[in-house]
Amino acid sequence: MAPSGTRGAAIDIRAVSKRYGNFAALDNVSLHIEPGEFMTLLGPSGSGKTTTLNVIAGFTEVSSGALEVGGRSVVGVPAHKRNIGVVFQHYALFPHMTVARNVAYPLGLRGISGAERERRVNKALDMVKMVDFGHRYPSELSGGQQQRVALARATVFDPPLLLMDEPLGALDKKLREWLQLEIKRIHRELGTTFVYVTHDQEEALVLSDRIAVFNQGRIEQIGTGRELYDEPATLFVGKFIGDSTILRGPAATSGGETALDIGGQKVATAGRLANGGTPVMLLRPEKLALARPGATAENGRNRLSGRVGEAIYLGSGSKYEVVLADGSKAIVRSGLDAESFAIGEEVDLLFSGGDAKLLADDATADLTLT
Amino acid sequence: MAGSDIAATGGRTASAPAAAGEPRRRLSGGPFWLVVPALLLLVAVLGLPLAMIVMRSFAEPRWGLQNYFWFFGTPVNLIVLQRTFVISAWVAVVCLVCGYPYAYVMTAVGPKLRLALILCVLVPFWVSGVVRTLAWVILLQDSGVINSVLRGLGLGSVRLIRTQTGVVIGMAQVLLPFMILPLYSVMKTIDLRLVQAARSLGASPARAFLQVYLPLSLPGVYAGAIIVFILALGFYITPALLGGPRSTMLSTLIQNQVLSLLNWGRGGAMGVVLLIATFVLLAIAAPLMRQPHRQGERR
Repeated sequence: MAPSGTRGAAIDIRAVSKRYGNFAALDNVSLHIEPGEFMTLLGPSGSGKTTTLNVIAGFTEVSSGALEVGGRSVVGVPAHKRNIGVVFQHYALFPHMTVARNVAYPLGLRGISGAERERRVNKALDMVKMVDFGHRYPSELSGGQQQRVALARATVFDPPLLLMDEPLGALDKKLREWLQLEIKRIHRELGTTFVYVTHDQEEALVLSDRIAVFNQGRIEQIGTGRELYDEPATLFVGKFIGDSTILRGPAATSGGETALDIGGQKVATAGRLANGGTPVMLLRPEKLALARPGATAENGRNRLSGRVGEAIYLGSGSKYEVVLADGSKAIVRSGLDAESFAIGEEVDLLFSGGDAKLLADDATADLTLT
Repeated sequence: MAGSDIAATGGRTASAPAAAGEPRRRLSGGPFWLVVPALLLLVAVLGLPLAMIVMRSFAEPRWGLQNYFWFFGTPVNLIVLQRTFVISAWVAVVCLVCGYPYAYVMTAVGPKLRLALILCVLVPFWVSGVVRTLAWVILLQDSGVINSVLRGLGLGSVRLIRTQTGVVIGMAQVLLPFMILPLYSVMKTIDLRLVQAARSLGASPARAFLQVYLPLSLPGVYAGAIIVFILALGFYITPALLGGPRSTMLSTLIQNQVLSLLNWGRGGAMGVVLLIATFVLLAIAAPLMRQPHRQGERR
């Protein structure tokens, strides 16, 4: 049960599968969401994140598994009896009703009328800063305005849970960034549990308390943005969240150390893969450093030679793409005070073994991301 | 002849709301001549004969209103006029009841099944109206298929041929495509996620249909109903073959005056009365169609 005092509902998804013939849209997915939490379902298209949302909303029935909202099983409960707010990517405002009538619609269905209805419609429109637009029709509003109205409509009846399906997907970047902050503010004000679907990892990092990363109908990892970035459980998660460099090569494990041969040069890190598989190393751009060939470096650091393929000045620093001896590419971020390198220049790539994350190779991780 | 005129009006009401949100495109005068061929054809085959009919209704056998005095002074004419409107209204209702679910299913199924459904609607167009009506004669007559089946089931028999019911059935079958096609063209633009949104907000399936889907499909309902109604008013072959003396429609009386009695004046007056009555009815129905209704942005 949701603890009293919070208005959000807990969600418990246990071993849920959804099959269409032989195809599993959801394959044994389990996910617990705390009351009032902002949980983002992140993944490429077709990964199962929207199916999960539709299952919670009641638009899709599960093939097997258990689903509880606020401690009550909702398997088999029709969508209109679940009392869950949903915001759609394409707004889904009723074109034949004014903004005010759109927002009043769920209240009318709940028998709330007269002054009380008007008060709550105004409060909801005030929350999204759309009070002056009550008499307009949706077609007279911009995309961002329509989405704010949709947000008001989905929350006006105080649902304990709000589902959002790529709500900012159709908007341009500036508007999207501003609305992200608005959504964060509204989440704080309402205390409702938010489940947010997106394929945009930056958006997920900005908004969420926790993120569930979906791939091919399964959850790869659940964690805070920091956990996913620093400690990816799988190669897919590591590649999907943030920029990364993947080092692949013939591996040798001796004692507690794993070494890879990258085009004739050896790099090593402590540890070994627990569950077998071919080891690869994942490195974040800010953990890599560049040096001129032959320059002395700290002891114990790995060194790979390469050539600068692309140099991008970012203002707060620079970003380099370095082509390594085996033809693979490394992405390096350096601070303002770091040495700068030109395209075509021979460089050495340096990193500490401790910063390399050892993961099992997964060819599908590349396929789903390209 | 009035039919094509008003069918065009019906079509416009269906598409106008969809265009309301977009900036209006105006012709800068140049391409206007492109409409000239169609305009000439309309004037030649519709405008001129219509003008002649109106003129002759006042001019024959001598100038004056005698044809109109005759029309309104003869009770049988008024009964037939009223019956013509009642039968046409029934045909529109039957077409709507049968066509609405059909058009909805057309929007909901996959492309192959949709093609099959469209063919089912269009195939009757490729069969001559006379042949189809004669088929109905065979089906509906007292010893026909329908009554044989009813008798076989021990349900007795129903008199269908030469009754209004028989006429309505036959006309509805012929006119059904004119209901289904405008309905489909409107329904296929309705975003079904709106129904999903209504469901998430607490609407039962029935309420979501009545409060969201139905209002959004109304332009198609109006367009289809008006086209069917107007076409039914001028129907000749089907009522003539399926109907009896108690289901005569105005077109039969006009045919009788013009072709049998060669009384162009009286026939013309009846045509003019039908035309004006149609316009009056449309004028009454027009405000219904001008409900505030706007389509949302679609991407």
